[in-house]
Amino acid sequence: MARLLETVYARNYFLSQEETLSMKTERPVNIFLLRFAWPFAAIASILHRISGGVLFVGVVFLLYIADLALGSEPGFEEAQVLLATPLGKFILFGLMAALLYHLVAGTKHLLLDFHVADTLEGARLASQLTVGISIVLIALAGIWIW
Amino acid sequence: MVTNVTSFGRSGLSDFVLQRVSAVILAAYTLCIMGFFLTHESMTHQILVGYFTTLPMQIFSTMAMVSLIAHAWIGMWTIGTDYIREHYFGTRALASRLFYQSACIAALFIYALWAMNLIWRL
Repeated sequence: MARLLETVYARNYFLSQEETLSMKTERPVNIFLLRFAWPFAAIASILHRISGGVLFVGVVFLLYIADLALGSEPGFEEAQVLLATPLGKFILFGLMAALLYHLVAGTKHLLLDFHVADTLEGARLASQLTVGISIVLIALAGIWIW
Repeated sequence: MVTNVTSFGRSGLSDFVLQRVSAVILAAYTLCIMGFFLTHESMTHQILVGYFTTLPMQIFSTMAMVSLIAHAWIGMWTIGTDYIREHYFGTRALASRLFYQSACIAALFIYALWAMNLIWRL
């Protein structure tokens, strides 16, 4: 990784800003993820993406439940029965877990934009805090659901 | 400047800002809804409908849904353009990416209309 960055900087170091910007051949470097040591912060980061993808799909479930529950009195009871089944509880818990993790990780991201914890050590601690706080919140959500 | 025709605002900076503004709206909406459910242990149909049919809540729900469209598209676009690439998918990368992006747009379109129907028919 360090060597990769060195190569990129070495190629651009002696160019002016205009020359660098006009170089159309210089594309952003993409790391091949299957040959990559995964530090803790990288795991925290990929979880943010995975939870986002889970939520994207989960909106269908939430809209379906909301549609039922808001639609009519019998629909409300049907939604309650659905959410009381083991599968219903599992899906609800999964979505709550994804939502809580995405929320905490997103908050960290916004703080990062204000230069909170944007050093190497700070970022390490922040990613550990993100996972730690999320685990506590997800456990509480689990207790609330069951 | 690297631009991409399929990005939401046609510029990375615009997407960056939109992603964050929509995130704040979605976070506020999430906390609001969570607070409602946590403070109403015994829920009834009347309480639920009563809560979502006030005009401020209908406007807030609509705002959250519009934010979700922008936020989800930028997020899913980022994931798609990062992973559905030649070094993972070979020559099928471009076709797969187009299919994935079309599916995302179709899903978001359905979400948006479904949610608008749900929020405003009440």
